[in-house]
Amino acid sequence: MSLNEFWFLLIAILFVGFFILEGFDFGVGTVARFLGKDDAEKRTYIGTIGPFWDANEVWLITAGGAMFAAFPHWYATLFSGFYIPFVFMLLALILRGVSFEFREKVNTERWKNIWDWTLFIGSALPPVLWGVALTNFMTGMPIDGDKEMVGGFLQFLHPFALLGGVMFLLLCIVHGLQFITIRTEGELQERARRASKRFAPFALISLLAFAIIGWLTTDIFTYHGTFWIILPIGAWAALLVASMLNIKKSDIWAFTLTSVTIGLLIASVFIGMFPRVMISTISEAHNLTILNAASGSYTLKVMSYFSLTLLPFVLGYQGWSYYVFRQRLKKDDELGY
Amino acid sequence: MGTLELARLQFASTTIFHYFFVPMSIGLALIIAIMQTLYVKKGDEIYKRMTKFWGTLFLINFAVGVVTGILQEFQFGMNWSTYSRFVGDVFGPSLAIEGLLAFFMESTFIGIWIFGWDRLSKRVHLISIWLVSIGTILSAFWILSANAFMQHPVGYELADGRAQMTSIKEILTNGHLWVQFPHTLFAAFATGAFLIAGVSAWKIAKKHDVTMFKKSFRISIIVATISAMFVMVFGHQQAQNLVETQPMKLAAAEALWNTSDDPAPFTVLAGIDTDAKENSFEIQIPYLLSLFSYSKFSGEVEGMNQIQAAYEAKYGPGDYIPPVKTVFWSFRAMVMSGTAMLLLGLYGWYASRKDLLEKKPWFTKIMVYAISLPFIANTVGWIMTEMGRQPWVVFGVMQTKDAVSPSVTFNEVLFSFISFTLMYAILAGVTVYLFVKHIKKKDQPEDTSGNLDDPFDVSEEEATPNVT
Repeated sequence: MSLNEFWFLLIAILFVGFFILEGFDFGVGTVARFLGKDDAEKRTYIGTIGPFWDANEVWLITAGGAMFAAFPHWYATLFSGFYIPFVFMLLALILRGVSFEFREKVNTERWKNIWDWTLFIGSALPPVLWGVALTNFMTGMPIDGDKEMVGGFLQFLHPFALLGGVMFLLLCIVHGLQFITIRTEGELQERARRASKRFAPFALISLLAFAIIGWLTTDIFTYHGTFWIILPIGAWAALLVASMLNIKKSDIWAFTLTSVTIGLLIASVFIGMFPRVMISTISEAHNLTILNAASGSYTLKVMSYFSLTLLPFVLGYQGWSYYVFRQRLKKDDELGY
Repeated sequence: MGTLELARLQFASTTIFHYFFVPMSIGLALIIAIMQTLYVKKGDEIYKRMTKFWGTLFLINFAVGVVTGILQEFQFGMNWSTYSRFVGDVFGPSLAIEGLLAFFMESTFIGIWIFGWDRLSKRVHLISIWLVSIGTILSAFWILSANAFMQHPVGYELADGRAQMTSIKEILTNGHLWVQFPHTLFAAFATGAFLIAGVSAWKIAKKHDVTMFKKSFRISIIVATISAMFVMVFGHQQAQNLVETQPMKLAAAEALWNTSDDPAPFTVLAGIDTDAKENSFEIQIPYLLSLFSYSKFSGEVEGMNQIQAAYEAKYGPGDYIPPVKTVFWSFRAMVMSGTAMLLLGLYGWYASRKDLLEKKPWFTKIMVYAISLPFIANTVGWIMTEMGRQPWVVFGVMQTKDAVSPSVTFNEVLFSFISFTLMYAILAGVTVYLFVKHIKKKDQPEDTSGNLDDPFDVSEEEATPNVT
């Protein structure tokens, strides 16, 4: 495997990790204010991701840094090209991040209500925008010979992309609800199972539609051969089984499978793009690839040493933090805040 | 105003705002770790209360620092895509390693620290706050390694029209980095320390939980004084580094239009005329600039007009003189704030040792206002260093005007500028509100039995009438 391939793989892994981990954070943040009937319940629901969300978000920051370092053109074209959607994404992430902290600082209903709403907006908007972005990765974007994206942001909002946005939000909601079922007990847990049961059919339908349209209109799912269609099919099947396991209260397996769904979906897009990193709809010659978008081989080598040394530690202590907070929460638990 | 100016304004304002919170977090994390260490070592509950009181401020502050940092990570790609393409090879790795090494550590262990009080042993819980502190320091190192490259690019070559890394060792041993990093780091420690000292002084004046806040004051004033000293030491070294690497910045900071006499006098105040490229008046101290620049009482310092001529010969026609007034006055504001910090630190340390704080209401009052000093110094320090580098974004390699995103329109930048400014204004308002609320709240100590090893503290507490 060449260094360029290795770095493509590593960035793909960072994004897969980000979407699986932050996916349930987004889901929990989206449902908390509706699922919790009073402040203590909302607090408990939010508390399920309390110790984790910040580190989960770092997966994105690191993926961004890795793109900057390994494929500067990818980083530059993507973030300058997706300018306006990214402004909204960042505003949402900013709102979401402070909501966790601010919410607990003043004990009035009005104050909490404000930060419950900002948590909702900040959690629900990013998955929609990521879904839109993911779809545009599949369809390709108007990239010119100077590796610059042209044509403004409204073009990103075509129907297929909007379907992608809705689909990804629904996936995150189901995924988040399944996370709640493994982090709570009693009535709170039961309510999350019921909600998941209600959302699962919509997630299944939208994912199916998304996969079919993606298969018919883009080359992503079959770029390396028809065999690879197994990835989106696997993602859909995992979601189907997850929804059945949820009904059988087999929570841990249901959550594992919603993680598999998100993982396979993201992986299928990255695999389908490879060795391209951004597809140009103007001309195939303008595609950004792991070769023409990359840093020099020295940088890639240095970065490989750093990341291979550091990643095991990161995975180790992050995993340990989940172990420390393995205890399920119930209403009126004393949380850290 | 064009897209370039607006993008610059946006970078400056979002970075300055971000940098209100970052040094405070770095400083508070260290001091809170020290407080918690005292708690674990001495077993005295007063230190636990202290840790929690300052911990609340730290967490509010940390949250805002984190969220405004997300924008920093992506802003290069959004507004400065040409820059990103050009230097990503050398600049990107610092950001990636910062994420891998520092951000993961900070964010994971802060979660463990917040929620782990009752789930972990005291020792493991203590380690988690130290790891947060180390994480913040590592983060400072890596992001400054990126900034040091912009100030003094090393370890790269120009190939295929891009700056490509040739030696990570040179990048990490960049002389500029090793004066900039300690200077900035100690300034950050001082920022957290002056916040704690100032709030403690206010609490002492208001007779809130005096025992605890006297102890807080003591810890923070020691950190503040030592840090302020190191800030000066490394600031001096940075000036000497500038003589070699960016003489133009140094000359601008001195409003030195023409090469000085030998020995060079230091200009305290000047009437700067940037059109005529001369000063209408100057108040000078002889020898001092030579001393600053070379640590001896001789040596001439090159002037802007001479450097301009040399740069035109080297880099082609153009204006290589940065905004002189901004650099000159920022530098003075920084040095004056730093000096005031050191003096207040020394006196505060003395006053704390002699237990004079309650008897000197003028001093506790000054300490409250002194909270602003490190913020002023940090801000003008960065304005000086970044404006002083202009017209370059990477010194001698790429100019700022060539760095913006060509595909991003004026209206897009305007939209993002307005929305981030509004968002940040809200964050600032809420943060200040929560800070003031937390600070003003009067908590009675739950348990004073822990103070029995210090009988003076207890009797004082009892002797003090409760006046609010």
